[in-house]
Amino acid sequence: MQVSKEELLHIANLASLKLKEEEIDNYLLNLQDILNFANIVSKAPVENLPEAIGANDKYNVFRKDEIQVFEDNELLISNAPEAERNMFKIPKVL
Amino acid sequence: MDIINLTVHELKEKLDKKELTAEEITKAYAQRIEEKEKDVQAFITTLIDNAVEKAKEIDDRKAKGETLSPYSGIPIGIKDNICTKGIKTTCASKMLANFIAPYDATVIEKLNQENLISLGKLNMDEFAMGSSTEYSYFKKTRNPWNLNTVPGGSSGGVAAAVAANLVPWALGSDTGGSIRQPASFCGVVGLKPTYGLVSRYGLVAFASSLDQIGPITKDVKDSAILLNMIAGHDEKDSTSVELEKKDYTKSLKNDVKGLKIGIPKEWYGEGLNEEVKEKLEQAIEKYKELGAIVEECSLDVANYALATYYIVACAEASSNLGRFDGIRYGYRAENYTNLKELFKNSRSEGFGDEVKRRIILGTYVLSSGYYDAYYKKAQQVRTLVKQKFDEAFEKYDVLLTPTSPTVAFEFGSKSNNPLEMYLADICTVSVNIAGLPGISIPCGVDSKGMPIGMQLIGNRFAEETILNAAYTYEQEAKFRENYRPEFKK
Repeated sequence: MQVSKEELLHIANLASLKLKEEEIDNYLLNLQDILNFANIVSKAPVENLPEAIGANDKYNVFRKDEIQVFEDNELLISNAPEAERNMFKIPKVL
Repeated sequence: MDIINLTVHELKEKLDKKELTAEEITKAYAQRIEEKEKDVQAFITTLIDNAVEKAKEIDDRKAKGETLSPYSGIPIGIKDNICTKGIKTTCASKMLANFIAPYDATVIEKLNQENLISLGKLNMDEFAMGSSTEYSYFKKTRNPWNLNTVPGGSSGGVAAAVAANLVPWALGSDTGGSIRQPASFCGVVGLKPTYGLVSRYGLVAFASSLDQIGPITKDVKDSAILLNMIAGHDEKDSTSVELEKKDYTKSLKNDVKGLKIGIPKEWYGEGLNEEVKEKLEQAIEKYKELGAIVEECSLDVANYALATYYIVACAEASSNLGRFDGIRYGYRAENYTNLKELFKNSRSEGFGDEVKRRIILGTYVLSSGYYDAYYKKAQQVRTLVKQKFDEAFEKYDVLLTPTSPTVAFEFGSKSNNPLEMYLADICTVSVNIAGLPGISIPCGVDSKGMPIGMQLIGNRFAEETILNAAYTYEQEAKFRENYRPEFKK
């Protein structure tokens, strides 16, 4: 499948990434290369095989819904680029 | 006494006989790091002073008659994507350059219970995405066997540190070969456990259905000892499996008589370096001499598995790395006018090229219109790969393959061609796709003196089988006694 520049920019936008103009050609080339290779999967004999979501076929592991208090609030907040009164600070949304 | 050359089980003996103290061991490593780190560049964070303090503390407690866990006072190195409370965990990324985890990963809690002493956090490819450690934001780790070559990746700093005796052993992580391939390039032992054997809680997620933490060590016995410490169910990782506690050292029987070893012929074909092939053939002969039943077989999945790997791993990464938004932790861009731009600029500036490439690829294969052609197909191939391995393990106990088609390559030789870098993982990724255990052990060196690795693959939760097979070969081949890294410049 041929990837267009518009498509690449659309995908990058979905992933919240901004590509510099000078990077675009290179990303496009790499992506095309990798997808051409990945296309092998279309030739694999997988008709009627189920999809595997992981290495173990274990679904829905339940545990009791118990509240566990995380004690180290300070260390948690200290990683925030910007915080105020024990809260994460972000630019105005509305 | 040449402390830094001893394996951990040898160190323990000396500790038990009171021929060594924890302080002496830690100081010997501190000195070694002082001497050799400038050549190897394995660490992102060193914790020398802290380590010496802890070692003294442990010696004191012992002197006072306290009974401590058997490996108390042994130093260790940790890959920098495993969270350590109060100590930087950077994932070798600008994004997390200043991140200090507010909690310990489960494996770290376990090591703390054993009173192991961390010497520091080790270099890797950014977010564990790479096969050479060249994609680290901070530095290029060099292979102790030849400083002009890469140590492999993504646990390149980990394998190089163990090979250079900067740490006696260490924890790495393996999503598509990131423990085994660098172990192979650096002439040490790397074990990727079965998916679910070791808790992933506190391992910064790359591809959650493939990631697994495991030991990189000087020899197989140390690998079994470290696996004993980290294996086990954890309610904080719902994919970890409840199993009876095993002592993996008991599986080391130095006997492979009657062991059925399959040699998947497709893994020895095109692209495999001749010298690598030759050493593997010698190893196969050795197994025959030791009484194993060796047979060629067919397991034609490596190419499908590699394509599947890059689809699945990137898809999962694109989702996992969505959390890095510059709000709660991690890098935040200086310039932005609104929230969306804050996300975008922080991510674009905080992630390196390879990480962005994989996020884009992952987003692409998950996006509507391409999902069926790539992601869905890849998941079906995953079933196929699992089935083929299941069939193989009906006949064989162990599959023996190269760990990597080549020895360590030179800096820059693949880093500008992502696809070529990906193709270097052809021998290891199938194991992650199927969730199997695999171990890489050295089986010789090439004509330039660079180590060659052999991979032993076992059935799910058959770590004991591959550990014993590796151990038995190791006792015969005596790689560590014959070869040492020379820090060639």
